[in-house]
Amino acid sequence: MSAPSIETPRSLSRRNAQRSNFELYSWLFMRISGIVLVFLVLGHLFIMNFLDGGVQRINFAFVAGRWASPFWQVWDLTMLWLAMLHGTNGMRTIINDYAERDQTRFWLKMILYVSSAFIILLGTLVIFTFDPNLG
Amino acid sequence: MAAVVEETVVPETEVPVATDVTFRIRRFLPDVDEDAHWEDYTVALFPTDRVLTALEKIKGELDGTLSFRRSCGHGICGSDAMRINGRNRLACKTLVKDLDIKKPITVEPIKGLPVEKDMIVDMEPFFAAYRQVLPFLIPEGHEPTRERLQSAEDRARFDDTTKCILCAACTTSCPVYWTDGQYFGPAAMVAAHRFIFDSRDSGFEQRLEVLNDKEGVWRCRTTFNCTDACPRGIQVTKAIQEVKRALIFRRV
Repeated sequence: MSAPSIETPRSLSRRNAQRSNFELYSWLFMRISGIVLVFLVLGHLFIMNFLDGGVQRINFAFVAGRWASPFWQVWDLTMLWLAMLHGTNGMRTIINDYAERDQTRFWLKMILYVSSAFIILLGTLVIFTFDPNLG
Repeated sequence: MAAVVEETVVPETEVPVATDVTFRIRRFLPDVDEDAHWEDYTVALFPTDRVLTALEKIKGELDGTLSFRRSCGHGICGSDAMRINGRNRLACKTLVKDLDIKKPITVEPIKGLPVEKDMIVDMEPFFAAYRQVLPFLIPEGHEPTRERLQSAEDRARFDDTTKCILCAACTTSCPVYWTDGQYFGPAAMVAAHRFIFDSRDSGFEQRLEVLNDKEGVWRCRTTFNCTDACPRGIQVTKAIQEVKRALIFRRV
């Protein structure tokens, strides 16, 4: 009985490192957006759930009133973009870590990018084109 | 006259007793086994014995086919890193008294590197990553006629990472290394840190290219497994964070 050949699970030759700072910036983005999101999200939760009456007072008129002011538009827009990009980048990292086959990795990332682009665009569209007279 | 016999007090020293300790060892003999499997061995050991002693006893008295690497047996050569009770340890630095002997002590090869036989793994991917970070002094300018002097403060900056013995305990405890075969791993970062923060070295730009890569320092998730595993007590995660900071600010 001959010894089975043990395949090396990792290739010994590495591609030449490309000069790209993408991973550096994405790492930095995670830290900065994380800090900003703590304030944005906790503030959002506090306003929505605790401040006068909490969740009971939220209705169409309440949302319409908030989005009439550019301040809340910017707040919600920043929160949407940061949260979505932060989450997408985190998911990208997890896929990079745990997807074993290149094809699985590619398709998981495609699903991720398409769905997050869809949500970001839809959310942005709603914030900017919201019509308070709809109700 | 009766001699007064002085009663000498014999100090009651605790005589160490050898007790039976069971080891559950992950065996793989490529000639015989289809797949790795667990096997139990019981040997009599003193509390001060090392796990390495146990393995040698098993090999000498119970099963001569058991294979493992060992060289100095004193925690310097870094040959006998293995997973003992699920944690990466040097077998020669782990004493029986520090382990719970009521249950079988599990011994496995380190994870993430291809197993060749029993505890013996192919270390080549590990050393390939090590070589990639250029683990040698890259000086600048003309060769000086006397030694390259360095202040005590400058020396202290990379003191911690000079202690590495390349046992691979940190790299093979890293969950990112387990799942992603291309990641350089903590040990390579430690080697890079050793030279990046050396005031005599000027190869920062060259190493940066490797460490700033997709598979470089940014894959580190700061799980601290490496710091936990290091038998030399190197603050591995801290070293990696320092490399990250150097990359962000482009200065050492």
